[in-house]
Amino acid sequence: MGLLSDPVRRRALARLVLRLNAPLCVLSYVAGIAWFLALVFPPLTQRTYMSENAMGSTMVEEQFAGGDRARAFARDFAAHRKKSGALPVAWLERTMRSVGLEVYTQSFSRKLPFPDETHERYMVSGTNVYGILRAPRAASTESLVLTVPCGSDSTNSQAVGLLLALAAHFRGQIYWAKDIVFLVTEHDLLGTEAWLEAYHDVNVTGMQSSPLQGRAGAIQAAVALELSSDVVTSLDVAVEGLNGQLPNLDLLNLFQTFCQKGGLLCTLQGKLQPEDWTSLDGPLQGLQTLLLMVLRQASGRPHGSHGLFLRYRVEALTLRGINSFRQYKYDLVAVGKALEGMFRKLNHLLERLHQSFFLYLLPGLSRFVSIGLYMPAVGFLLLVLGLKALELWMQLHEAGMGLEEPGGAPGPSVPLPPSQGVGLASLVAPLLISQAMGLALYVLPVLGQHVATQHFPVAEAEAVVLTLLAIYAAGLALPHNTHRVVSAQAPDRGWMALKLVALIYLALQLGCIALTNFSLGFLLATTMVPTAALAKPHGPRTLYAALLVLTSPAATLLGSLFLWRELQEAPLSLAEGWQLFLAALAQGVLEHHTYGALLFPLLSLGLYPCWLLFWNVLFWK
Amino acid sequence: MAAPLVLVLVVAVTVRAALFRSSLAEFISERVEVVSPLSSWKRVVEGLSLLDLGVSPYSGAVFHETPLIIYLFHFLIDYAELVFMITDALTAIALYFAIQDFNKVVFKKQKLLLELDQYAPDVAELIRTPMEMRYIPLKVALLQCFPQCYFSCLSDIPVSVPTHLVCPRTPLSPPAAVHTCENEEQSLLDLFLGVCHDVCGKPSGNHLPLLLPSQLLGFHPRSLWLYINVFFYTIPLAIKLKEHPIFFMFIQIAVIAIFKSYPTVGDVALYMAFFPVWNHLYRFLRNIFVLTCIIIVCSLLFPVLWHLWIYAGSANSNFFYAITLTFNVGQILLISDYFYAFLRREYYLTHGLYLTAKDGTEAMLVLK
Repeated sequence: MGLLSDPVRRRALARLVLRLNAPLCVLSYVAGIAWFLALVFPPLTQRTYMSENAMGSTMVEEQFAGGDRARAFARDFAAHRKKSGALPVAWLERTMRSVGLEVYTQSFSRKLPFPDETHERYMVSGTNVYGILRAPRAASTESLVLTVPCGSDSTNSQAVGLLLALAAHFRGQIYWAKDIVFLVTEHDLLGTEAWLEAYHDVNVTGMQSSPLQGRAGAIQAAVALELSSDVVTSLDVAVEGLNGQLPNLDLLNLFQTFCQKGGLLCTLQGKLQPEDWTSLDGPLQGLQTLLLMVLRQASGRPHGSHGLFLRYRVEALTLRGINSFRQYKYDLVAVGKALEGMFRKLNHLLERLHQSFFLYLLPGLSRFVSIGLYMPAVGFLLLVLGLKALELWMQLHEAGMGLEEPGGAPGPSVPLPPSQGVGLASLVAPLLISQAMGLALYVLPVLGQHVATQHFPVAEAEAVVLTLLAIYAAGLALPHNTHRVVSAQAPDRGWMALKLVALIYLALQLGCIALTNFSLGFLLATTMVPTAALAKPHGPRTLYAALLVLTSPAATLLGSLFLWRELQEAPLSLAEGWQLFLAALAQGVLEHHTYGALLFPLLSLGLYPCWLLFWNVLFWK
Repeated sequence: MAAPLVLVLVVAVTVRAALFRSSLAEFISERVEVVSPLSSWKRVVEGLSLLDLGVSPYSGAVFHETPLIIYLFHFLIDYAELVFMITDALTAIALYFAIQDFNKVVFKKQKLLLELDQYAPDVAELIRTPMEMRYIPLKVALLQCFPQCYFSCLSDIPVSVPTHLVCPRTPLSPPAAVHTCENEEQSLLDLFLGVCHDVCGKPSGNHLPLLLPSQLLGFHPRSLWLYINVFFYTIPLAIKLKEHPIFFMFIQIAVIAIFKSYPTVGDVALYMAFFPVWNHLYRFLRNIFVLTCIIIVCSLLFPVLWHLWIYAGSANSNFFYAITLTFNVGQILLISDYFYAFLRREYYLTHGLYLTAKDGTEAMLVLK
C-alpha cells in the first residue's frame, strides 16, 4: 500500500516510467516474442504422459480381424451412394440392423444465410443414421461415439466400412460398460451439428432437425474417422475444435499410445515426429508444428466433426487416414485394431476425462506446452499496452494538474483545469462512430446481399464478401473526430485521451480473447500491439498509416493464410492467396451463422472498432 | 429542470421495455453476476407458488425473502415488470430531488462558513459554485437509471420496499440521525432520503443477521465475521464524518455493497450513481487510473472466467472467487481514495491550498 499512498515513492516511480518507457516497451515486446519461440525447447516443452489412472495401467489385446468385411462394406456403400447420389439411408439401416445395432435416423434441414461456394450448397437437407450398441449389463448412463462424416466432397466409404465392421466385432464382446453409438452423418459438419443439438436438446444454431428417437446416455468421448482409401501410410490426428477449444490431452495421449503399440505412423498437422529434441533440428521442426497449430486454433474453425463435440464437453478427436507415397502401408485391420484399443480403454473410464490439460500447445505428438508456461508470452505483449497507457495518463495528468505543483508564490491565475466532462465528451463521437462501423460490418453484408445482387452482377456469396471489404475500407475514409472541444492550452489532450481509451480497450479485448483462445490472442497481439503503441499524429504519417493498415485484422488474416501455406510447404502465389482470402472471409461469416464460430463477431464488433480508434488517433488534426 | 428529468425517465423506461422483450433478457437473467440467491425473482415466484399450494414458502431451502414480499407480490405478480419500472422511476425522481436539496444545503453552509471567515484566503478555486452544481442531480438520476436499467430490471430483482420499511437499517440510521440533528427544517427531507436509499437499495445484506436463522442461506459462525465488517465501520465513520452526513451515507452504502454476501451488479451501480455528487473531489484522487482499470478489467473477466469454468471445463470456482476478491479490493481502494480526497479537500479549505513547510519549501500532505 505504500506505493499507492506515499507521494515520494509515487513521484520516483512516475519519473522512472516516463523516462524509460520506450526501452521498456521494446524490451517487453521482444521478451514476449522470444518466450513464444522458446516454447519448443526442452525446459518449456514436456513429454506427454497419461494422467487418467483408469486408462493407464490396463493392457488390452486387440482381436479385430474384420479387414475383408470392412472392405466389402465399403464397396457396397460406395456403390449405393453413387447410385442414389446422397447417403444410402435404407442400405445403412439394413446393414446396421444386420450387424446387431439399434438403428435410428434423424432428418435435418437448414437454409444457409448465403450459398456456400466451397461445398456448393445453399438449402441443405439430409438424414443422419446412427446405431446404438447397448452395453450388455450396464444401465445406459454413459456412451462413446464413433462417427463418420459423409459429405459430398469426401465420401469416406472405407471409414463407413470400417465402422460397420467394428460394430460387428464389438457386438460380439461382453465387456462393454458404456453404450457405443455408431453415427454416420450427411453433409459432414452440418449433420453432426444437427445430431448433437438434438441429442442435447438445445438449439443454438437455428438448425431444424427432427427429435431423436433413441439416446444412449451422457457421451464421454467421441472419435471421428475419415478414411478414403483401402490402405493408409499414416494416420493424421486433428485436435483443434470450434473457437479454438481443445480436447483433454489424455485423449491424444491415448491415441499416441495405440499408434506406438501397433507400429502405426502418426502425424500431427501432417508432419512427422522429430526424434531428437536435444539438437536444434528437433525443436525447429517442433516450431513449425507449433505455428501450424497456433494458426489453426486461431482461425476458430472446427477442423473435423470432433470440433463440434467439444462444445458439449465431449472430448473428441478426428483421425484421418493419409495415403501418400511411402512404401510401407497399413491396411484397415491395423486402423481397426487401434480404434478397438482406444475404445476398450475408454470403456474403463469411471468419470469424464478431467485429469489432464484442457489448454495446451503441441510442438509434437509426444510433446506439449501447458498454459502456465505459454501465458507469459501474451502477458509480456499486453504489458506494452499497459506501459503506454500509464505513460499517456501521466502526461495527461501533468498537463492538466499543473496546479498541484509548488508555486513559490501562486503564479499567474491558471484557469481551472478543463473538467472531466469536456474531456470525455470529445471522446464519445469517435467511439460511437467506430462502434457503429463495426456493427455495420457485422450486420450489413448478410442483410444486404440481395440488394447487392440486384444492382451488381455478382453472386450472393461474392456480394457478401465484397460488401465486407467495402465497409472495411470505408471505415478508413470517414472523418471521425469532432474538433469543437479542444482546449487552447493543451491541444494534445484530445488525441492522447482517445489513445489512452483505445489502448485500454485493446488490452482488455486481447486479454479476454487470450484467456479462451490463446492462439488468436497471441497472433493479434503480435501484429496489433506495436503499431497501436506507436500511433500518434506527429511524425512520419504515411509510414505509420502504412504500418497500421498492414497490421489491421484483415491484413493479419491475409498474412496468416500465406504463412500457413508456407509452413505446409505448399506456398501460394499472390493471386491464389487473394482467392483463398476471399473464400476464407465467406467461410468465416458462414461458420458464424451455422456453427456459432466467434472469429467473425470478435473481429468485426471488437477489434475492428478498436483499430479504427487508432486510425483516428493517427489522423487527428 | 423538469424537462430533462422527464426525458431521461422516458428514455430509461423505453430502453427497459425494449430490453425486457428482447432475447437478451433470458440470457442476462441467468448470469450469476446479476442474479444472486438473495435477489432472484425466480425464487420469489417459487415462494408464491408454494403459498398457493398451501405449503409454507420457507419449507424448501429456496425462498429467503420476508413475508411482506409475499403479500405484496401476491397481488402484483401479473404486473411485476410494471412495478419494477415504476419503482425504479420513482427512485430516480426521489434521488433527483434529494440531491437538489442537498446541493442547496451545501451551498448555504459554504456561504455561512465564508462569511464567518473559516476558510483560508487562497482557496478560491475549491469553492463550489451554483453553476457547476446545476447538472449534478440530473447526472445522478441518469446514472441511477441506466446501469441498473440494463442489468437489474432484466433479472427481475424485486425491490424490497416493504422489507426496508420494516427492518431497521441499522448502519444507515446514524447518518440520517446526524443529518436530522443539524438541520431541523430538513428533517423531513432526511427521512425521505433515508427511505429513498431504502427504496433504491436492492436487497442488501446488512439486515441479514437480523433474519431468522432458518432463512439464512448457509448461516455459519465464521461467515458472521464478514457480515460484522459492515457494522465495524459505522461508529468510526460517524465520529469522523459527523459534519458530513451525506458523504457518510455514501461511504456506508458503498461498504454495505462491498461486504455483502452475494454481491451483484445492482449493488455496485447503486453507489456509483452518486459519483457526480462528489465530482469536485476528482482533482484530489490519487489512484483513479489504476483503480478504474482494475474495476473494468475485473468486470470484463467475470464472464470470461465463468465461461472457462462452466463451458471449457478447465478453470474452477477458485478463479471466480479470485476475481470477486480482486473486484472487491478495487472497490475498497476506490472508496478509501474518495475518503482521502474528501478529507484532503476539507484540510485545504481550512488551511489554505498552497502549503509551505517551516522553511518555505513545498509541503506534502501525507495520510497517516
